[in-house]
Amino acid sequence: MKPMTSRAPSSHAHREAANPPFKLPAPLWDARCWACWLTGAVLALVVASFASLDLDWAAFASMEAARSMMRFAAEFYPPDLSPKFLSKVAWAAWETLAMSALGTALAATIGLALAIPASRMSSQDPAWLRSPTRWLLNALRAIPELVWAALLLISAGLGPMAGTLALALHTSGVLGRLFSEAMENVPTGPGDALRTQGIGPLRVFAYATLPQVLPQLMSYTLYRWENNIRAAAVLGVVGAGGLGQLLSFNMGLFLMNKTATILGAMLLMVACVDALSFGLRRWLTR
Amino acid sequence: MSVSPLRHAHLDSRGRGRDPDFTARIFWLSLSLVLLWPLCVATEFRPWVLWEPDNRKVTVDFLASFWPLVYETEFMRMVARETWRTVAMATAGITLALVLAVPLSLVATRVLSLSALSGRMNRWPAVLRGCVRVTLIVLRSIPELVWALVFVRVVGLGPTAGVLAIALTYGGMLGKVYAEILESGESHSAHALMRNGGGRLQAFFYALLPSHAAELASYTVYRWECAIRSSVVLGFVGAGGLGQQLDNSMKMFNGGEVATLLLVFVFLVALADRASVWLRKALS
Repeated sequence: MKPMTSRAPSSHAHREAANPPFKLPAPLWDARCWACWLTGAVLALVVASFASLDLDWAAFASMEAARSMMRFAAEFYPPDLSPKFLSKVAWAAWETLAMSALGTALAATIGLALAIPASRMSSQDPAWLRSPTRWLLNALRAIPELVWAALLLISAGLGPMAGTLALALHTSGVLGRLFSEAMENVPTGPGDALRTQGIGPLRVFAYATLPQVLPQLMSYTLYRWENNIRAAAVLGVVGAGGLGQLLSFNMGLFLMNKTATILGAMLLMVACVDALSFGLRRWLTR
Repeated sequence: MSVSPLRHAHLDSRGRGRDPDFTARIFWLSLSLVLLWPLCVATEFRPWVLWEPDNRKVTVDFLASFWPLVYETEFMRMVARETWRTVAMATAGITLALVLAVPLSLVATRVLSLSALSGRMNRWPAVLRGCVRVTLIVLRSIPELVWALVFVRVVGLGPTAGVLAIALTYGGMLGKVYAEILESGESHSAHALMRNGGGRLQAFFYALLPSHAAELASYTVYRWECAIRSSVVLGFVGAGGLGQQLDNSMKMFNGGEVATLLLVFVFLVALADRASVWLRKALS
């Protein structure tokens, strides 16, 4: 998989043998071939990683560890399917879904609000706020949902609200950047037509820019929603509600039968979302 | 966005513009508000809680303690060590994921089927390919954080759990996408080799790999970048690295340390992003 194959043949032209049909293969190492250096660097990184991490393979590969692993896996069976617990899991799944939907909706609103100052709408637009807003969007995007959730727990307390806000903050960074790129790439004709009539920037945005980019914004938002359902399922591990909170709670108490049910619910939810988005995309591109 | 065919039909008696789409906008806005209501109830979404005096005080105190940043020598040395561990966990995890993904994707690739050369694939090879595919999808759809929670129980706290979690999730992702990449594009050269008596591995090395190498490598680099991001998150469940330090500092309400760690983290992610963009550009 390493990029050995992209070696430039031209740099080896002078190495050709006297008899053209029997070309010598290029030497394996050549100080002027950057792919060799790159491959060497990647190998060095891998070796250094394995050497510096104190991974205990001995404990993991031994018979005893294998037995404890088997015992651990056996504890998952049978999953707890009592109606009382199932209704609890169903409520947590609904909470996860609601967290992701509300978080994405908030993110689309904040993202749109930030994308307007972050994009240069026309060539005359001075766009003073363009680079500061882009910095803000990058910062929002760079911090993962889980870290936002852990930070927000301090002010919002345990529960799904922290998770919703965390999803909203991270996703608004992602969507804001995508939205602003979409708006800058829109054909300028309709906007220019309105602008030459002396119509203000707000109405130019509402009647020329927004209608053109709206389908694209919707598809970005739906795509992020799909991602956020997956993210919302695990956000609870730090205490931010949903299936994840139930999972870490039950796993902490070593209630493995209940854990198995929750894992099953997570897998089912992700599979449903995947199938739904696959079907929707097929239907949209038909 | 229907525009009225009559000119100036949207102007009222005083000649001011009226929104031609007014009713539609109001309808969609109210519909979405109605739909949002149950979501707000389910997520206990009460943003005014943030403004209650107690919460506001905690938040303001925590944010105020972000400055000054902590940069003592000892702390910075620890941060550097943990940053390297984060990168190393991602790299080791991706390497193990490759060990898992490459053989599985070779088994799953339909182009490398000998029986499919003459019409339909035989039944058992088809079943085997389907099983491998399902395995890859299951590995991929359990989030790495859940794998890490499981492995922390089995092998204890530390980077081993994180590396194994990354290896399994990313093994599934890489395997599935590798198989898809190998099946996309022209398969004539591979089929020609196999029809003339070449083995499947030969067909892979001399036909499929050369034509897809750049794409495969660039996807791997992209996933390495993602693994760095997720190895930080894995620290929150006790898998070591920057995430664990961030979690500790947050639990101790040490704002200065949190701010420094967040800055280092954002810098690391930006660096990985740049490196990955550069590598992928160089590969294509």
